[in-house]
Amino acid sequence: MATYFDKKQVTRLLLQAVVTGGIIYTAYTLFLNTQANLAARNIASGFGFLSVEAGLPISNSLLPYTPSDSYGYAFLVGVINTLHVSFLGILAASAIGVLIGIARVSRNWLISNLAAVYVEILRNIPLLLLLFFAYGVVLAGLPHPRASLQPGWGAYLNNRGFYLPRPIFQDGFGWVAAMFGLTLVMAILLWRWAVGYHRRTGRYIPAGWLGCILIIGMPALTVWLTGTPLTWEKPVLRGFNFQGGMVLRPEFSALMIGLVLYTAAFIGENVRSGIQSVDAGQIDAARSFGVRPGIIMRRIVLPQALRVIVPATTNDYTSLVKNSSLAVAIGYPDMVSVGGTIIGQNDQAIEIIGMWMAVYLCINLIISTLMNWINARVQLTER
Amino acid sequence: MLKKIAFVSVLITLSLVAGAAFGSVLEDVKTKGYLTLGVSEGVPGFSIPDSSGRWVGFDVDMGRAVAAAVLGDSEKMKFVPLASKQKIVAVSSGQVDITSRTTTWTMKRDAKQGVDFTTIVFYDGQGFMAPKKLGVTSTKQLDGATVCVTAGTTTELNLADYARANGLNLEAVVFDGKKEAFGAYVSGRCDAFTTDVSQLASLRTTVADPKAHLILPEIISKEPLAPLVRHGDNQWKDIVTWVINGLIEAEENGITQANVLEMKKNSKNPVIRRMLGASGDVGSFVDLDNDWLVRAIQTVGNYGEIYNRHFGPDSNLYIPRGLNRLWKDGGLMYALPIR
Repeated sequence: MATYFDKKQVTRLLLQAVVTGGIIYTAYTLFLNTQANLAARNIASGFGFLSVEAGLPISNSLLPYTPSDSYGYAFLVGVINTLHVSFLGILAASAIGVLIGIARVSRNWLISNLAAVYVEILRNIPLLLLLFFAYGVVLAGLPHPRASLQPGWGAYLNNRGFYLPRPIFQDGFGWVAAMFGLTLVMAILLWRWAVGYHRRTGRYIPAGWLGCILIIGMPALTVWLTGTPLTWEKPVLRGFNFQGGMVLRPEFSALMIGLVLYTAAFIGENVRSGIQSVDAGQIDAARSFGVRPGIIMRRIVLPQALRVIVPATTNDYTSLVKNSSLAVAIGYPDMVSVGGTIIGQNDQAIEIIGMWMAVYLCINLIISTLMNWINARVQLTER
Repeated sequence: MLKKIAFVSVLITLSLVAGAAFGSVLEDVKTKGYLTLGVSEGVPGFSIPDSSGRWVGFDVDMGRAVAAAVLGDSEKMKFVPLASKQKIVAVSSGQVDITSRTTTWTMKRDAKQGVDFTTIVFYDGQGFMAPKKLGVTSTKQLDGATVCVTAGTTTELNLADYARANGLNLEAVVFDGKKEAFGAYVSGRCDAFTTDVSQLASLRTTVADPKAHLILPEIISKEPLAPLVRHGDNQWKDIVTWVINGLIEAEENGITQANVLEMKKNSKNPVIRRMLGASGDVGSFVDLDNDWLVRAIQTVGNYGEIYNRHFGPDSNLYIPRGLNRLWKDGGLMYALPIR
């Protein structure tokens, strides 16, 4: 017990307490000072404005929105748009990034050099320029609605967006969905059984193919049996623009293209460095046993490479989320764009900036937590 | 990004400067030796750097008149280009001495945002522009149209209000910068573009074929544009208000850049003699010397001269004077008496 309260320890604790106290005091003083300055300058503050009618227009919203909704709801629409872009962006950038990374270490000269050129170009130009470029190309390359491109199946492509028929589910569609769920479960069970069977007997059953046939075939049969419980609402040109159907707007497309291509270059480099961190001797050894290249990648390289890839990629995911704020430059109504409009209308900048920071912080903390969890699972378990 | 950094730095200033430690802007300007003017990021006619990098325009001349009256030299100025979002907070935080940047005088801005508006220099209103080949002649025909608009202004609110009031279904594509918004319109992303009519005229001059674009006749909002100063410094507000008012009064009385010195010496009209400092001491009412207005008029001319220089028939823009004519000619420009 005596050592527990030894002098050094006490000094150290005291020092830490003083520093913490100093930080808290500084933050508190800044807060009070800001409030006093706002009051002295007769500038409104507080979050009361969030329940006031917004009156601002937002196109491209996932949630139903009209200008008579509140500022708070308008901001939420922006947050949902940010989440939408971030989520899809992370998925797509990961997929492309893995392909690029694998291509980088390919022994095919052309493939590896193409991937290298891609990485060097994409990661060395500012994202904002890339977005302007993508948006410019999208707009310049596409015709006016009255001269739309028609790729078929009732789809139209013009400079207002990519218009697709919207599926409308009729009564019998529940059966199709149920059949889909059922076959999905069956396919998974089949696959697990096939893996076990392979281990026990060494005999191979093409469970993947069988499962696919099951998942697609049975619901398709149900559709035929119940008499097509699915109709399509096709977009039609009415007045200035197409009405009805689903639409992918150029702002969204350009933002996705820019964010995904840019982030994929970084993820590709993570994947490459991960793969190259695995001792080449292991791969040679596996090959000399006659293990197939796909299996080498899946069973030997990737499990070890992931330890290098995951932490670095966490950074790129959080960067993608933060970079999505550049949407404001090309007219996509993300959280920063909508918040900026709210500031323009009522000039409560401090509150909105605080909300921006809080939302980005939350999203990125969630991403970090998830990625740390994944990282812990792929870590080397010492035996 | 640069804009955002500037914006955040303003906020940091707000939180760091000691509470209520603001002194008199007049003293501050005299000590610094120059006037800091918040202007646009480049709107032809209002404020834009010319080919030699010198800021010119209607809004700039208002600032130059004040610099001439206060410092005796209209070149002793620093210009701060402000994004729309920053124009209020830049002046309320003391980053600029005056914002003269096509800013609409509204109740909330005046009462709740730490600024005071001085005097209306331009009666504007929001309108629409559409390509001629679209065949649209009235805003009412825009149902279902896509409209490009700039963020952070009253423009979006007016657009949504107008659409709701008239049962029009308008889809707005909102951009952070005016250049991007107008660029998207020009490239065909939108059927129409909306902002204040004066700026529509200004932007139209920048496209390859200005005649291919039509400014629709409807004006959907009132946009009285006025320079603004920090709330609470009445002396400074008085100076800016009365210098600009003096420019309008000068036009009413036929005082021009060319004849102002001669008028001061020879005019028998007591009104002119008072405002030009030949008699009385009106300059002292705003803590300036008696030649304050002579210097302002010498530098930029009277209100009508400034208007014609930037918007007149011989300018690139040509915005008919309309509501901005003198009250005697059927407009709304009515100078308050200088006595």
